[in-house]
Amino acid sequence: MNKIAVSIFAWLFMSAPMALAQDAQSIDQTINETFASATGWFVNLIFAPLPGTSFPWIVLWLVVAATLFTFYFGFIQFRAFRHSIQLVKGDYSDPNDAGEVSHFQALATALSGTVGLGNIAGVAVAVGIGGPGATFWMILAGLLGMASKFTECTLGVKYRNEYADGTVSGGPMYYMSKGFAERGVPGGKFLAVLFSVFCILGSLGGGNMFQANQAHAQISGILGDYPGWITGLLFAALVFAVIVGGIKSIARVTEKVVPFMGVLYVTAAIVILLVNFDHIGWAFQQIFAGAFTGLGVAGGLVGALIQGFKRAAFSNEAGVGSAAIAHSAVRTKEPITEGFVSLLEPFIDTVVICTMTALVITISGQLLIDPATGNYIVEGSMIKTIGDTSGVALTSAAFASAFSWFPYVLAIAVILFAFSTMISWSYYGLKAWTYMFGEGKATELVFKIMFCVFVVIGAAANLGPVIDFSDAAIFAMAVVNISALYVLMPIVKTELNSYLSRLKSGEIRKFKH
Amino acid sequence: MTAKIVVGLGGGEGESRALTYAKKMAKLIGECELIVVYVVEWSPYTFQTPEENAERHKRREQEIEAATSRVVNPAVEALRGEGYSARGLVRHGDVADLLEIIAKEEGADQIVVSRTSKEGVLKRVFGSSTAHLVMHASVPVTVVA
Repeated sequence: MNKIAVSIFAWLFMSAPMALAQDAQSIDQTINETFASATGWFVNLIFAPLPGTSFPWIVLWLVVAATLFTFYFGFIQFRAFRHSIQLVKGDYSDPNDAGEVSHFQALATALSGTVGLGNIAGVAVAVGIGGPGATFWMILAGLLGMASKFTECTLGVKYRNEYADGTVSGGPMYYMSKGFAERGVPGGKFLAVLFSVFCILGSLGGGNMFQANQAHAQISGILGDYPGWITGLLFAALVFAVIVGGIKSIARVTEKVVPFMGVLYVTAAIVILLVNFDHIGWAFQQIFAGAFTGLGVAGGLVGALIQGFKRAAFSNEAGVGSAAIAHSAVRTKEPITEGFVSLLEPFIDTVVICTMTALVITISGQLLIDPATGNYIVEGSMIKTIGDTSGVALTSAAFASAFSWFPYVLAIAVILFAFSTMISWSYYGLKAWTYMFGEGKATELVFKIMFCVFVVIGAAANLGPVIDFSDAAIFAMAVVNISALYVLMPIVKTELNSYLSRLKSGEIRKFKH
Repeated sequence: MTAKIVVGLGGGEGESRALTYAKKMAKLIGECELIVVYVVEWSPYTFQTPEENAERHKRREQEIEAATSRVVNPAVEALRGEGYSARGLVRHGDVADLLEIIAKEEGADQIVVSRTSKEGVLKRVFGSSTAHLVMHASVPVTVVA
């Protein structure tokens, strides 16, 4: 099995490091061409539209799964919401377990891996193409995605590996191999290796190169244009110091500043909304009207729906399996409690933060409306905006309409979010790597160094096809992961029923009152 | 009935003063048990990387082992050697909160701590652990200067 994995991996990625040795000028061209020809079929397959529509089947795959889990677990995201908050607050934490990873810490760590460019740039893309109506579908997808996270994170903790030295390794690859064996279903190990391959590719691409690329775009936007490899080397040195050098202080600073940036971002959005209090009703009207009519956007209702669903999935990663790796470190006697805690993640990421971004963009009036029809003015597939902005620039312009200094804060936030996402994904990739090649310092070092090399490549080149491929790899993780979740969801149901009955009977009790 | 005194140790120079005072009190009381407590400062609300989380259990075991072998056990053995009744505890959490909780759990009559000189800017603004303990404890607290 390992040999198959090695050859798949080597075939897919051998070309990239080799390109490094070539002339700097031709790096991005070589990588673009090699990747486009070698991986185009894969990207097209993952993002292929359903026949006769422009709706990518992968988005439907994620939404159908989230909806099924929602019904199967009886709307657990709403039933257990209050209990989830009590768990995060530590109300049910045994004082004798003090010093272990708390539910709050696991949630914060997982959030720092997901809150990022998706919430700032992704939402702007969704609203810029699908109009404010996309927000409605984004919120719906976020709410449904809570059930997917609940399922995968419960399994992540239940089937993790605990080693003699006290460290843990968990994630979809472990519940695939162990859970399938427990249920007597074949193919668990094959899925685990397939998932690990996609996870490594996703970690090097979307979790690394894309982040480095966007961070460089932000820095050069402030300082003026300069070669990307300089940013790449700087970021690679910082990432190297954290993941290879074990210099925890850099990571700690980031992990502290990132939540602060998140709070600052939401606070600024709330202030803007409060200042424009009289427009909030209008904004929600635009969101609801746009959700069902499209208000003139390309593709109408379906256009808004695709954008909303797609960006929610990109942003909160529900069903992708990455969160199951992050949450599996919690030491709890009840794996289901981590499932409860994790369902807050899509809520915070998508329902709160993404919605804030969308509301600010809508209220700021950046999207131009034709006064005669009341519909948005569409040019090509995009809604026309003041100054023709899109992505991060659109969010930035929307916030700048209230606070002229905010673009600088936003640029710093994007850079920090990018860095913390890289640190998180380096770990996800590493876990997939060690699953395939075994735990050990030397094996880990190979992956870590490769990860740092890809930081430089990501920042240096304009890697359209590589980014497409890495996005496709992240969604391919979801194809494998959700297939496994369908097989294993009865196990989660058993855990859930047992826990809820013990909670009701008082056997599971609060430690804090 | 045996009296109990909780002695908070912080790994600093002040603790020998706290222990000296606790011994003096124990001698005066007569039948008295000294509970030596070391608290590893820890909060469930800090932010950590995924790798730190994965290694947390291992680190916790190492922290307990280090505190037990370097601070608590030597102190307890020395006390026993001098003829006192003593035992040790190592816990993770907030010093002030835990000393109060342990005092309640053990039914202690008094808490003895030393005043530390390492009071940074944050402690000046928000108050030190010692001050917090003195304000909130349910049993008498002696702060040894």
